[in-house]
Amino acid sequence: MMTPDLGAPGAPPTVTLAIWRGDAGGGGFHDYTVPANEGEVVLDVVHRIQAELAPDLAVRWNCKAGKCGSCSAEVNGRPRLMCMTRMSTLETAEPVTVSPMRAFPVIRDLVTDVSFNFAVARKIPPFAPRPPGPDGTYRMAQFDVDRAQEFHKCIECFLCQDVCHVIRDHEENKPRYAGPRFFVRVAALEMHPLDTLDRRELLREELGLGLCNVTKCCTEVCPEQIHVTDNAIIPLKERVVDAVYDPVAWLGRTILRRPRPTPAAVAAASSPAARTGEVIVTDPPPTGQAG
Amino acid sequence: MADYETHSVDVLVIGAGGAGLRAAVEAASIGASTAVVCKSLLGKAHTVMAEGGVAAALGNVWPEDNWKVHFRDTMRGGKMLNNWRMAQLHAQEAPDRVLELESWGALFDRTPDGRILQRDFGGHRYARLAHVGDRTGLEMLRTLQDRAVAAGIEVFMECKILRLLAAPSGAVCGALGLWRESGKFVVFSARAVVLASGGIGKIWKFTSNSWETTGDGHALALWAGADLVDMECVQFHPTGMVWPASARGLLVTEGVRGDGGVLKNAAGERFMFSYIPEYYAKETADTIDEADRWYDDKSFRRPPELLPRDEVARAINSEVKAGRGSPHGGVYLDIASRRSPEYIRRRLPSMYQQFKELADVDITTQMMEIGPTCHYMMGGVRVDAETGASTAPGLFATGEVAGGMHGANRLGGNSLSDLLVFGRRAGIGAAEHALAPGRRPESDPGAIDRETSSALGYFDRDSGESPYTVHAELQETMQSLVGIIRTQDELERAVELLGELDERARAIAVAGRRQFNSAWHLALDLESMLTVARATTLAAIARRESRGGHTRDDYPDPDPEHFGKVNLVVRRRRGETTVAEEPIVPMPAELAALLDVGP
Repeated sequence: MMTPDLGAPGAPPTVTLAIWRGDAGGGGFHDYTVPANEGEVVLDVVHRIQAELAPDLAVRWNCKAGKCGSCSAEVNGRPRLMCMTRMSTLETAEPVTVSPMRAFPVIRDLVTDVSFNFAVARKIPPFAPRPPGPDGTYRMAQFDVDRAQEFHKCIECFLCQDVCHVIRDHEENKPRYAGPRFFVRVAALEMHPLDTLDRRELLREELGLGLCNVTKCCTEVCPEQIHVTDNAIIPLKERVVDAVYDPVAWLGRTILRRPRPTPAAVAAASSPAARTGEVIVTDPPPTGQAG
Repeated sequence: MADYETHSVDVLVIGAGGAGLRAAVEAASIGASTAVVCKSLLGKAHTVMAEGGVAAALGNVWPEDNWKVHFRDTMRGGKMLNNWRMAQLHAQEAPDRVLELESWGALFDRTPDGRILQRDFGGHRYARLAHVGDRTGLEMLRTLQDRAVAAGIEVFMECKILRLLAAPSGAVCGALGLWRESGKFVVFSARAVVLASGGIGKIWKFTSNSWETTGDGHALALWAGADLVDMECVQFHPTGMVWPASARGLLVTEGVRGDGGVLKNAAGERFMFSYIPEYYAKETADTIDEADRWYDDKSFRRPPELLPRDEVARAINSEVKAGRGSPHGGVYLDIASRRSPEYIRRRLPSMYQQFKELADVDITTQMMEIGPTCHYMMGGVRVDAETGASTAPGLFATGEVAGGMHGANRLGGNSLSDLLVFGRRAGIGAAEHALAPGRRPESDPGAIDRETSSALGYFDRDSGESPYTVHAELQETMQSLVGIIRTQDELERAVELLGELDERARAIAVAGRRQFNSAWHLALDLESMLTVARATTLAAIARRESRGGHTRDDYPDPDPEHFGKVNLVVRRRRGETTVAEEPIVPMPAELAALLDVGP
């Protein structure tokens, strides 16, 4: 719980953020202390710091409601949306650190160069639907759209990309790896009831799906609670294996006896209950993220 | 000479929300080289905040629905101030645009027989909103974004447009921009420019709008000599969060009421039954019993909680003023006592999450505290209904920055359909203009030098005003003096204060480097905000009646004989902003006859 610095009797409580400031050439943490109000999120405090202490502080944000995915950063080393991280959930006896996403090159302060993501997006062949029915429209059952709808919740905050250890500290992997956000994107296309393309070869050859070793860090940080690993990446890996006979993967499946998801299991995984985290058990928080 | 890079295209679209992307996709598809420029990253535009749905008379849930009923609802909701031709095209074309989006990959919620499901919303006679839970805007924006990427349309991100460029003839021929990342200038040369920059919500203190909605397009158009229309008509959405203070203004979707939620005051009374205006009395239930039956049987009259937004916002305002409000100055929105937790979580997942994470409120068991929040600008660039052409040659506008479609008050769901219908039309209009034979107009390089020097002027002062302070005071001024309920004295006081703020804005000093300098960005946005704040306030003074989103305490009734027959047009000539009345063109008899259909 929040433990505001009470200071002098009657003085309003304050809070201190240690914000990373700098650019591609380097930088460091600077402490900023401002008044704290009830119910605030980290982004509120960052805005007060801009208005009162550091007018030129660079930060991206848009909706301030967890719907656009702009204000991604690392709060006390954890990838978070600043607009959805309440100060009351943080230990504030020590300064709360706020740093830019580490997987992307810094432009200035909390703003990073996320152009990698837009480049990957252009590699993925777009939606290609089958022809509509005789009346010119499509019929799809809710049951059939549920799976892809889960992936359409993605707000492109890129926190899953930030936490993914394949690229977090391995710039050299970026040219051959798409990252969790784009596995979710391909899964949305592959599981779209109307789509006709087969992107399995692309996943294997160009998007580097095999590099993912399912540590579920991406699922942990997803602010939309998309089950990135269980519902997108693992089913895609299964499909790729089906497409390209791979004895190592086959052996792995046999030894680990990981059951193939049955249609019923897939349905359960995309039910509302599963989305609230009641069915899928996630791994403990990832390690090694301190910025 | 200013130092800048240049890009040359046929069609330049300013704004990458739904309207801008839809326009760009269309312009590119008919062969115009097209680029989109946006202030944020691609995919972050305010369209993602749209929650409840897109209105289109598909007739999937109620086969009785058709474009004629949709047209009628839209005109009545807009208190007849709408450009009727836009309202007609919108109602006629929205179903095709929604189905088209589905063929581009959008996945709407389904009916039991596999068609697009539609939900109830205020002012719509039938359940008409195609939706995806309560994140419809995100679904639409992402679909359009993917379509634009697949079409190879160039997107220039994090670029703020400072001014439109015009040839000596007045023809708009491009725009001067600023890369936010580097602080360097860029010139876009274009044969046609489409404004799709969204709204103006950031000039009020309590707003559902994101930082980008600073009225840039409205101001750019005015500066370029184009007409604005209906600038007094601002929508305050009845249900924004009121607590915690830092979340005040965040939108609570109308879908909560469409799906069965009701409004209550501190005494637990469903107070909306006391606020049914004569205009809607014939179609509104006057007992709780009748209201509750309507959800399943449309032969009953609709609940008063689903009156159009202007009516509901005023009612909430009155309850709070009368001392019957909630502890934090709102009223209660209750769906917990009316629908099962499973239903609420399935239909309203992001509302569930928003209240749980930001306010510690579980909407499946507790009531929400809500109050009005500035949400949407009905007014905007005066356009030709068919093409989106403004009154300035070469300049087009679509989406929230365009005026006329919604009249004095917009119905929920009509914004997402507006951006599809008129985004496409503006894309065609701009591409045809751009591809028509003729020489490419050229602007005066001297103008570029003047504007870049002006933009850099904020760095010249060692000390001065803070842009954050000026912005906060602008928001206070507009909130307290040009809000939901207006009076002559307060509006005139606002004009005085805006004059003082103009002076102070000219004295803003910005320190530091040009690279991603937030204070500088805000100083530049304030130029737009102060321009549109003045336009709105002057128009509000001129309309001496109450109509839709424009409510005058000193003229509480509509004036059908005079103001019901005119639109107010704002222009800027030789540095002066003026307001003129222009008669509304009467609608053809066959459309007028539709207005009497139904109760």
